[in-house]
Amino acid sequence: MTDTSSTTGSGETPKAEEMSAGFSFGDFLRSPAAGALMGFVVVFCVFAIFGFSRNFLSIPGVTTWVNFASLVGIIAIPVGFLMIAGELDISTGAVLPAGAMTVAIVSGHYDLPVLVGILAALSVGALVGFINGFIVTRTEVPSFIVTLATLFAVAGLTLYLSILFINNTNSFYHAPDWAKSLFGGKVYGFNSSVFWWLALVAAFYFFLHKSPKGSWVFALGGDQESARNAGIPVRKLKISLFMLCSTCAAFAGALQVITFNSATSQANFGLIFNTIISVVVGGVLLTGGFGTVMGIVFGVLTLSIVTQAIGFTEIDRNLSFLIIGVMLLIAVLMNDTFRNLATSWSTSKKK
Amino acid sequence: MSDKKPVLELRKVDKSFGPIDVLHEISLKVGEGEVLCLLGDNGAGKSTLIKTLAGVHQPTRGEILMDGTPTSFSSPRDAQGRGIATVHQFGGTYPLMSVGRNFFMGMEPTKGVGPFKVFDRAKANRIAVEEVQKMGITRITDGDRLVGGLSGGERQSLAIARAVYFGARVLILDEPTAALGVKQAAHVLRIVNEAKKRGLAVIFITHQVMHAMAVGDHFAVLIRGAIAADFRKGDKTREEIADLMAGGESMADLEANIEGYMETHDGHPPQPAA
Ligand SMILES: Nc1ncnc2c1ncn2[C@@H]1O[C@H](COP(=O)(O)OP(=O)(O)OP(=O)(O)O)[C@@H](O)[C@H]1O
Ligand SMILES: [Mg+2]
Repeated sequence: MTDTSSTTGSGETPKAEEMSAGFSFGDFLRSPAAGALMGFVVVFCVFAIFGFSRNFLSIPGVTTWVNFASLVGIIAIPVGFLMIAGELDISTGAVLPAGAMTVAIVSGHYDLPVLVGILAALSVGALVGFINGFIVTRTEVPSFIVTLATLFAVAGLTLYLSILFINNTNSFYHAPDWAKSLFGGKVYGFNSSVFWWLALVAAFYFFLHKSPKGSWVFALGGDQESARNAGIPVRKLKISLFMLCSTCAAFAGALQVITFNSATSQANFGLIFNTIISVVVGGVLLTGGFGTVMGIVFGVLTLSIVTQAIGFTEIDRNLSFLIIGVMLLIAVLMNDTFRNLATSWSTSKKK
Repeated sequence: MSDKKPVLELRKVDKSFGPIDVLHEISLKVGEGEVLCLLGDNGAGKSTLIKTLAGVHQPTRGEILMDGTPTSFSSPRDAQGRGIATVHQFGGTYPLMSVGRNFFMGMEPTKGVGPFKVFDRAKANRIAVEEVQKMGITRITDGDRLVGGLSGGERQSLAIARAVYFGARVLILDEPTAALGVKQAAHVLRIVNEAKKRGLAVIFITHQVMHAMAVGDHFAVLIRGAIAADFRKGDKTREEIADLMAGGESMADLEANIEGYMETHDGHPPQPAA
C-alpha cells in the first residue's frame, strides 16, 4: 500500500523488495543495527584493503582497535540507553578519570585492597550518576546542560582532590597479580577489558531487548507523559540509567588504571565525542525511542577502526577525523531511512 | 442510584497545582454497571479529575473511596493494580514500538524464571492483535508492527483495547471518540455498554451529546472545576444537556449568534479570536 521506495530514495528500492521476500532477513534489515553493521563491514573492508600490506589484519593491528573499543564500548552502551530514553550524558569524560584516580589513590597511595579501590570508584560513579539523574528528573533543565555542569564540576574536583591527597595530578598503581590478570591482563593481545565488555554487552542486550523492563526505556524516549500514565516509574528509571552510565564510566576508569598501571586526573573530553558518535553511528535515534545494543556495538567498533587502526593502513592518518565526520552524517541520514522502513514495513508487506 | 454499589467515590476533592486551583470540592460516585458521563467545556478540569482517579495526581484535599473505604492511589501503577484502567486524552502509544509492546506497556507478560524472566513477545503480540481486532480494527494482524505506521484512530483504538483488557473494575475514557470515525466510535460506545453489562464502572468524557446520551446513566457537568449539575438519565432533555455541555450557555442562543453573524458578514462564519 505505502510506497516505501518514495521514502527511502531510489538507491534503497532493491532492499525493500528483498525485505518482503526473506522474512527473518527483512526483520534484521528493519532494525537500526542493520545500518551500523553495514557501515562496519564497509569500513572494515576498505581498511583491510588499504591495510593489507601494513599489518591491519595482524594481531597487533586488530587488538589495537578492539582494546580501544572495549573501553569506549563499556560506556557507550549505557550512554545509548540514556539517548533511547531521551537523555544525554556527557559527564562521562570526567567520571572515567575520577574512577581511575580513585583506584590509584585508594589502592595505590593508601595501599588498601584493590577491590576496595574498585568499589570506591564505582561508588563515585554511582554518586555522580545519582546527582545527574536527580537534577534532571526534579528540574526542567535539559540533561545536556546538567551533565555539562557535572562534567566540569567532577573534572575540577578530581584535579583538586588529587593534589590534596597525593600532591600530583598523575599517579601510578601496580595491582596485585590476580587483579592484574582479571582486570588488566592480556590474552593474545586482547586486554581483559575486551572480555568485560563482551560480558556487559550480553547483560545489556538481555536487559534492553529481552527483559520486560527494556520496553520502559523505549517508552521514556517515546512519550514520557504516557509512560508515566502507564505506571512506569519514570523518575526512578531515569535516575537508575544515569547511575548505570556513570558507574560504567568509573568501571572503565578502574580497568584503565589496572591495565596501564597509571592514571591521570585530566578530563577525557575525547571520550564524550567517541561515545556519542558511536551511539549515533550505531543507529540510536537522537530524539530517543529507538535503538539497539548490537547497533551501538558496531558503532563503537567502526569508530575504533577509523580512529585507532588508520596507522596500520596506507590511508593518511590525518583523514581519520574527516572519515568520522562523513560517517556521522551518513549515519544520521540513514537512521531516518531505517526508521521509515521500520514503520511502513507492514503496510508494504500486506499489499 | 441506591441500587448500585458505588465502586469509586470522591468526597469534596480539591486539586491545586501550586497557586492554580483546578478542582473545587468535587463529590461524585460511580457504581457497578453504571456509566458516568463527565461533561464540560474545554479547561473545565475533566482530565485533571480523571488523572486524580488514575493515580497520576494526588488530591490536594478531600477523600477518594474505593468500595466504601478511603484509599489513596500512590501512583498510576497502584490504581491500575486495583483494576482502574484509564485511556488518557493524549498519547498513550509509542510510535517506534511494536503493537504488542505498546499494548502491554508497564504490564509486560513474562516467561522464564528468576532473574532471567523474558518478555513473552509471542503472547503479547497474540493478545494485542486479538483485542485490537475486537475493537473493529481488522487491519492490524501483526503484533510486531510498529505503532508509528498506524493511523491516529487505530492508535486510539489500541489504547482503548488495552484499557478494556486491563480494566477489571473501573474503565476511564477521556474523550476516546475524538479521533475516531463513525464506525469506530460506534464500536467504542458498544464496548462501553458491554463493560457496563459486565458490571464495570465506567467514566466517560465526551464533547458529543449524541455519544453521551447513547451510553450515559448518570451525568455530571463540570464548570471551572466545580460540579455545576449532577443528574440521572431521563432527568433532563437533550437540549438541556447540550446547553450544560456548552458551559451553561444556551445552544439555541449560540446557534442564533452564529447565524446572525453570518447574515451580517456575507455568510462567513466568525473568525476565531486570535
Ligand atoms: N499540571 C498542571 N499544572 C497547572 N495547571 C494545570 C495542570 N493540568 C491542568 N491544569 C489546568 O487545569 C485546567 C483544567 O485542565 P483539564 O485538562 O483538566 O481540562 P479539560 O476539562 O480536560 O479540558 P479539555 O476539554 O480541553 O480536555 C486548565 O486550565 C489547565 O491549564
Ligand atoms: Mg481534557
